[in-house]
Amino acid sequence: MTRLGLGLGLLAVLAAAALSAPLAAAWLGHDPFTPDLLARFAAPSAAHPLGADDLGRDILLRLLYGARVSLAVGLAAALAAALIGTAAGLIAAWRGGVVDALVMRLADFMLALPALPLLVLLAAADPARLGLPPRGDAAGDVLRIVVILAAFGWVGVARLSRAAALACLSREHVRAARALGAGEARILARHVLPALLPTVAVATALAVAGAILAESTLSFLGLGISPPAASWGNMLANAQELVFSAPWAAVWPGLAIMLTVAASGLVADGLRRRVSPG
Amino acid sequence: MGRILAARLAQIAATLAILSFAAFALIALMPGDPIEVAIAGDPRLSAEDAARLRALHGLDRPFHERYLAWVAGLARGEFGHSRLFARPVAALLGPALRATLALAGTALALALVLGVALGALAAARPRLAPAVDAIAVMGQAMPTFWLGILLIILFAVMLGWLPAGGVPEQGFGLSHLVLPVATLAIAHLAAYARHSAAALEAALTEPWIRTARARGAPERVVLWRHAFPNAALPVLQLAALDAGALAGGALVTEAVFARPGMGRLLHEAVMGNDTNLALIALLVVALVTMLATLGADLAQRALDPRLRER
Repeated sequence: MTRLGLGLGLLAVLAAAALSAPLAAAWLGHDPFTPDLLARFAAPSAAHPLGADDLGRDILLRLLYGARVSLAVGLAAALAAALIGTAAGLIAAWRGGVVDALVMRLADFMLALPALPLLVLLAAADPARLGLPPRGDAAGDVLRIVVILAAFGWVGVARLSRAAALACLSREHVRAARALGAGEARILARHVLPALLPTVAVATALAVAGAILAESTLSFLGLGISPPAASWGNMLANAQELVFSAPWAAVWPGLAIMLTVAASGLVADGLRRRVSPG
Repeated sequence: MGRILAARLAQIAATLAILSFAAFALIALMPGDPIEVAIAGDPRLSAEDAARLRALHGLDRPFHERYLAWVAGLARGEFGHSRLFARPVAALLGPALRATLALAGTALALALVLGVALGALAAARPRLAPAVDAIAVMGQAMPTFWLGILLIILFAVMLGWLPAGGVPEQGFGLSHLVLPVATLAIAHLAAYARHSAAALEAALTEPWIRTARARGAPERVVLWRHAFPNAALPVLQLAALDAGALAGGALVTEAVFARPGMGRLLHEAVMGNDTNLALIALLVVALVTMLATLGADLAQRALDPRLRER
């Protein structure tokens, strides 16, 4: 099987698992968010296929609900980054001059700095002071992390799409379109943007992998998705507290993160090979 | 070389200036200014006390005045106090910086050596290349903190060979350094393995390699004497790009193993609303990262005559 097929297949399976979370919860008959003290540290069984954590919550169900958070954050942050980055790169290449210099200096600035320490500081900013839902609100947490990750992720996309747009803008068919009297907006939308899509697709797939890793890291550090909502990162933070009493709790969330990130990486790799063979 | 160095140092200074302003502005949005925290902790403080304290600490002044006063203080070497640790920030930075540099430096050296060895294995034995590639893909997809937890479970909980984290009260604590260094090195090794395998494979197709083989040079000499020097440059370039990721990896590793260091200092400061410490720790981490990038760039320039001419 090709890398692209394998990666897309894995992502499809993960997405199906995430969507099936409520079904699995109904089937097993537990709620993964309320503690069940009688099931604390339950070993894997028919009722708890992967066992239960320190509060008796089913690990499989939390894993499935965590998949929703991780995939939603990864896809949303990567798509937002792709949109901002493509627009920034396209405009920088088209306008040139001061606009180009400003966008590229901003990109250089962000690339020179260590990303995670900055993300940690950004993630600690209080959303309540901006009139947003406070930290701990599940939807608010997801939105906050998506915004922060998109604010970082656009840089890579912008650099790649700027380079592709510059190459395209100097090509014959663009000059021919201009000579025929096509408007600038039409040239950008009809002749340049389609040429950027392969580059942007590769960069977006890479951004998905980066965003999922970053979300799980921030959640692990206690700055991302807060419990009781489940995220693979905060499940691992909890599992680290339990390494002596329930070491198996640490296995599954990490495996899930690794699979998802590897699948996105395979998609990016496969797309790149398809776009530029050899 | 001197002009390039001056230009790059000026760039680093400008980046730090912009970062300090942006981060200072952001901190103003963080939960609870220190006075609010103090009021919440002590019900005897009245609104007048709060106003008096704000005036005492200059918190009633406008934003730009506070920023300029803070920068002027930094320029005089006054880093202020850490509320969380109740110590001067300057006294906290030294030990933390040393601990992080020891961790990250050892891990980087290990990742370079092992990564290049794995890459060479893939380049020299094409049949092993898919296996090395698979290891590298998994290594790059593995979250650093999960790797750390797995190593703790295996070596500290199940085998009991090494401590699960922290540092000893006295002494260097070599056994405490093993798992964190291994975690950080494995996390970074994958990229070096992939990169050096690709660079070596590209170098091995060059005509001078065919010449060397035609002269009867043994395969070992062809690989290390003829191909490796050319493949070393892209690997060094990756090392320059990796400085920021290493700073992030050190932060996570220090959090997992409860090791003192710059990353943990920043994390604790952010979690404990110690704004002054968080700001200065971020600036120091950024400065060290940019200096490391510059060092790798300069090394690359010194080794590659084609870059020196420009």
